[in-house]
Amino acid sequence: MSYRRRRSARIRPYTFTGGRTRSRHPLMVQTLVSAADPGSEPPRALMPESRSIHELCVEPRSVAEIAAELDIPLGVTQVLLSDLADQGLVYIHPTITGHSPSENQVLERALRGLERLFQ
Amino acid sequence: MVSNDSSSDSRSKVSTKIVVAGGFGAGKTTLVASVSEIPPVTTEAIMTEASVEHDDISATPTKATTTVAMDFGRITLDHELIMYMFGTPGQSRFWFMWDDLVRGAVGAVVVVDSRRLADSFDAVDYFERNQRIPYIVALNRFDGRLDYTIDEIREALEIAPEVPIVDFDARDRSSSGSVLKTLLMYALSRPTQPEPVG
Repeated sequence: MSYRRRRSARIRPYTFTGGRTRSRHPLMVQTLVSAADPGSEPPRALMPESRSIHELCVEPRSVAEIAAELDIPLGVTQVLLSDLADQGLVYIHPTITGHSPSENQVLERALRGLERLFQ
Repeated sequence: MVSNDSSSDSRSKVSTKIVVAGGFGAGKTTLVASVSEIPPVTTEAIMTEASVEHDDISATPTKATTTVAMDFGRITLDHELIMYMFGTPGQSRFWFMWDDLVRGAVGAVVVVDSRRLADSFDAVDYFERNQRIPYIVALNRFDGRLDYTIDEIREALEIAPEVPIVDFDARDRSSSGSVLKTLLMYALSRPTQPEPVG
């Protein structure tokens, strides 16, 4: 029963998230998140993982960077971030997808940035 | 660590994403490493078949343990704009997670090893069908040469006539940067495709 052994070796990530696998906020892997009030201490009742996320987000970080830095699977990171956002503890930055014409200006800025960096 | 940014400044930061796809060993991670300001980071994606469809994963425990490694890099384009580049898992058995990864991308690069064209067919086919995400094809010049002409490759992989095909060297920073510029120019030239919500 190698499968059973493997399972018991590690707490399943979904234990943290109450079985939820979807976040309620538009959190894509590239979405930046920052602490709503970077100077403040998070509530004591936060789980250690959520506390670590809050500490890491003193400066804006992407969901993927948070997951990689804290070694938490992406899906779990998204749910924990979603809970932090519900509590008003983190700010979720807008994500530019290029799917609306109003975002063209940002894409043009992106292109200018690339032209500066890779001449 | 104290940030020099005031809170309102750092709040104005936004991010965007491009996806780097292609067959296994075509040069996706090499491209990301050439242009990224950080060494490519590998993270564990847990978007499994089970979690995509169901909240309760206890019924399919073996699927729930599937994890996929995913590489990404970062470029700070200006003081308020960061672009992330995500390499897709090359193995075709992980296609189910592509939709999640590709969602919200401003564009995609399909890296093609011209010595192994068949390996890139799945990726080209995915973006030809997707239609919403602008994509370009980048031929990685291994050993400085290409075995086929660009026209031959377009025909062999059934790439639409408007899709740019460029050749480049994934190990070269400037050459890889040109690929990203080509993608952004192409994305800007296309009419905007609204993405369905959800």
